[in-house]
Amino acid sequence: MENVLTYMTFIPLAGMVAVLLLPSKSHELIRWVSAAFTVPPLLMAVWLYANFDSTQAGFQFIEKEPWIPAYNIQYFVGVDGVSISMVLLTALLCFLCIFASWGIEKAVKGYFALFLLLDTGMMGVFVALDFFLFYIFWEVMLLPMYFLIGIWGGPRREYAAIKFFLYTLFGSVLMLLAILALYFTSEPNTFDMTVLMAQADRYGTQPLPFWPLNELGWGFQHAVWMALFIGFAIKIPAFPFHTWLPDAHVEAPTAISVILAGVLLKMGTYGILRINYPMLPVATADLAYWFLGALGAWNIIYGALCAMAQKDLKKLVAYSSVSHMGYVMLGMASFTTQGINGAVLQMFNHGTITGMLFLLVGVVYDRAHHRDIDGFGGLAAIMPLYTGVTALAFFASMGLPGLSGFISEVLVLLGSWQKFPVLAILGASGVVLTAGYLLWTIQRMYLGPTNEKYKTLPEINAREMFTLVPLGVIVIVLGVYPALVLDLLRASLDQLNQTIIPHLSL
Amino acid sequence: MDLNNLASLNFFYPEIVLTATILVLIVVDLLVRGHRALATVALIGCLGALVTTFDLYSAQPGWLFHRMIVLDNFSLFFKVLALVAAILTIWMSLGSNEIGQVHQGEYYTLLLTSTLGMFFMASSSNLLTAYLSLELVSLTSYALTGFLPHNRRSSEAALKYLIYGGVASGTMIYGMSWIFGMTGSLDYAAIHQALAQEQMGKVALFMALIFIMAGFGYKIVFVPFHMWSPDVYEGAPTPFTAFLSVASNAAGLAIMMRFFFPGISRAVAGGDWAFVSGVEWPHVILFLSMITMTLGNLSALNQKNLKRMLAYSGIAHAGYMLMGLAVLTNDGLSAILFYTVVYLIMNVGAFLVVLMIANATGDEDIDSYRGLAWRGAVIPAACFAVFLFSLTGLPPFAGFIGKFFLFAAVLKEGGIFVILALVAIVNTVISLYYYAKVVKTMFLDDPSPSDKAIALGANNFALLIPLTALTIILGIYFSPLVQYTTQSLRFFVK
Repeated sequence: MENVLTYMTFIPLAGMVAVLLLPSKSHELIRWVSAAFTVPPLLMAVWLYANFDSTQAGFQFIEKEPWIPAYNIQYFVGVDGVSISMVLLTALLCFLCIFASWGIEKAVKGYFALFLLLDTGMMGVFVALDFFLFYIFWEVMLLPMYFLIGIWGGPRREYAAIKFFLYTLFGSVLMLLAILALYFTSEPNTFDMTVLMAQADRYGTQPLPFWPLNELGWGFQHAVWMALFIGFAIKIPAFPFHTWLPDAHVEAPTAISVILAGVLLKMGTYGILRINYPMLPVATADLAYWFLGALGAWNIIYGALCAMAQKDLKKLVAYSSVSHMGYVMLGMASFTTQGINGAVLQMFNHGTITGMLFLLVGVVYDRAHHRDIDGFGGLAAIMPLYTGVTALAFFASMGLPGLSGFISEVLVLLGSWQKFPVLAILGASGVVLTAGYLLWTIQRMYLGPTNEKYKTLPEINAREMFTLVPLGVIVIVLGVYPALVLDLLRASLDQLNQTIIPHLSL
Repeated sequence: MDLNNLASLNFFYPEIVLTATILVLIVVDLLVRGHRALATVALIGCLGALVTTFDLYSAQPGWLFHRMIVLDNFSLFFKVLALVAAILTIWMSLGSNEIGQVHQGEYYTLLLTSTLGMFFMASSSNLLTAYLSLELVSLTSYALTGFLPHNRRSSEAALKYLIYGGVASGTMIYGMSWIFGMTGSLDYAAIHQALAQEQMGKVALFMALIFIMAGFGYKIVFVPFHMWSPDVYEGAPTPFTAFLSVASNAAGLAIMMRFFFPGISRAVAGGDWAFVSGVEWPHVILFLSMITMTLGNLSALNQKNLKRMLAYSGIAHAGYMLMGLAVLTNDGLSAILFYTVVYLIMNVGAFLVVLMIANATGDEDIDSYRGLAWRGAVIPAACFAVFLFSLTGLPPFAGFIGKFFLFAAVLKEGGIFVILALVAIVNTVISLYYYAKVVKTMFLDDPSPSDKAIALGANNFALLIPLTALTIILGIYFSPLVQYTTQSLRFFVK
């Protein structure tokens, strides 16, 4: 298949055009057409998985066309071990989320059109290998997200939407400055990521001559690294830039929460791996090693403690995302094979597990119209099937052996133990905290005496199960046989590690 | 090429066509009753002028009328821009209820006279023509601002505009007299030579330039010469506000760029410009740029009236454009040219939506836009969102590319300009807040029961859709425009 990545990226956009042309009254038709346009990317993702050469570290399925030759801007896409798992995840979650959005009744046409646009933006971010193209896709995601939260969200949706928008825009304009800085220092001036990676050692480490950078010993690449990092940290979201996340998650409709947690958060860590690491290796060695690791450990503990204090189930899941993304940062910062592989695997696993969690929150919210953890009780007796699936997702989230979350967290902790045992211990204690808040939630919501008010809640229906089962299967399969994903990643990630390790000052 | 009066006429067709149209309009106004005939004549005149302007691209650049005005790609660029703005404005006026109430003949006559003034602003190579053309544009603008009969706002705005304008141009001509005293000439080329050869008093020259900047600054609308703009934008008839915001701003940039770059600065190798040594003019611009964009954006945050908000946004955009002047490079200048084109498209588009909604509701307050998308106006609302996000500078819209080039030019210089870029970035985020607030009002707020459904005329759609399409297309494929603006950056000096 020629141009498979282009098709994967732009078929949803074609879907958006198709949806816009449909009459706005025929809701059912719009839903099915949207679903139809997310199927080809999913099939192509399967094909991509089957045909990806995992022994090769470089980029595959490359497409390269000049776009704006005067500025050396190209249409340049491709995937490697870092991005392939994200591409698969995006295709899968977008397909499932269409079905999770079936219950949307307000302005159906607009919703699905924006959703498909969002799909294109996300896919584009993961496949783009030209910095300019990357930035365009990065921002293209913002607009539909703003509307999807703002129009179809909960009671405080306007506040949440604008907060999300402002935070992310601040990060991305900083990123724009960094992109331009990299552009003007490359020879010849280019946005081509592969060239920028190849020229990574040209920046030197001369500290910049003004305060406070001269005191810190920061050179040009450190400053650029920081600008990029803040942009990505907002997306991850790393403490202290995480405050937009609980608001956005709580107010967003279910499917959008899934996309937010499943795909958008990954863009932060993906960006760091794709851009900061290979393009600015010296600064990465100086800044990422302890700083990123400590930030990751702090995210784990802080997110878990916040989650423990929540009364709203969705907010709890949102803070658990903050905590789980901490493992990704911790693993990335260790520069060990286990650590970095575990980190990327955790990105994938978090996407599937948290996706499940948000879908499950949506199920109960659709029935009871609130998400107050203390307002339920004994749901296990009323909705046994639902409770079973929830238990699976909860256990996966807390890292129970045999489920996928376990493998990635163990790899991360193994990797970080070799470099910074203190942080590894802190990270491991996060597992305990996670188990604490999740088990406590199970106890309060699903066990105990049944709440008379909810005696008549209907059991989870077939459509909802359809969105959950594929994710559940992946969670179990990857828990038993993680090599299915790990094999894809290894070659590229090892190569990435090797670019940094020589610069580490140990 | 240095032509005398008669020989110059061969290269003066656009101006002649415009002048003829103005005269025809006066006659037609006496003979024919009705809106459309006049607008059609004006449109045909503008199109004729546009064709003859493009025709001049093949001509050799040079001085006309004994070095009073100059013919080069740079002036042609701004002439085309002024004409396009005029054409869009005439089209908008056709679909405007406001304009329907006023004296049609005078309105179109003044509008085209203003356009003619901008032609001279773009091409003057002599301080005298610079001053006269600026006054021509100003005087017609005062009249057009106060054009709404029995409207206190409109009259008040015109008076304010007149007073500020008078002070600014007085200051400017005072500065020009200093220059004349120091160099003994009004001709740009002669001034240039005198500055290069003799040792001027640096402080005096600096002061003179600051005085002159008052006149230009009040056209471009940068701080501290911006005070008139919110009132005028709010009070003037909407189509003219659109015209003022893009064409008058662009003409101001044109006159300023010609005076400060080929006029005073020296071109050095590699597309850079060097200013008279010892006169820290670029740093003044750097400072003004930061203040202008920050003040514009902060003031826009709490505006209730949309036209007023767009006025402050216009001030902020003037600040962004000044970034390109401060760096003293050709990159910066061509980024400004690019931005003026993009700004023309998106700002006229924004005012067009304001006009359409004002036609339907008679209101320009942001509150009256509540739930617009759910009141039968989803297409104008969506287009407005595109324009506003483009003004913010989000991809994939044209405004992003414009800002991208400005940032690129600034960052390429490095050093202190990095701070300018950082300030601009913070400003972009601030500006998102108030632009998105309008989008929020249109899409996220539910209409209250008292809000009526919006009935829209089809006339304005014909303009709205192409402008929206252009905003998106130029955000994705901008090579031809970049090529055009780079070619337009050719000054005739000698």
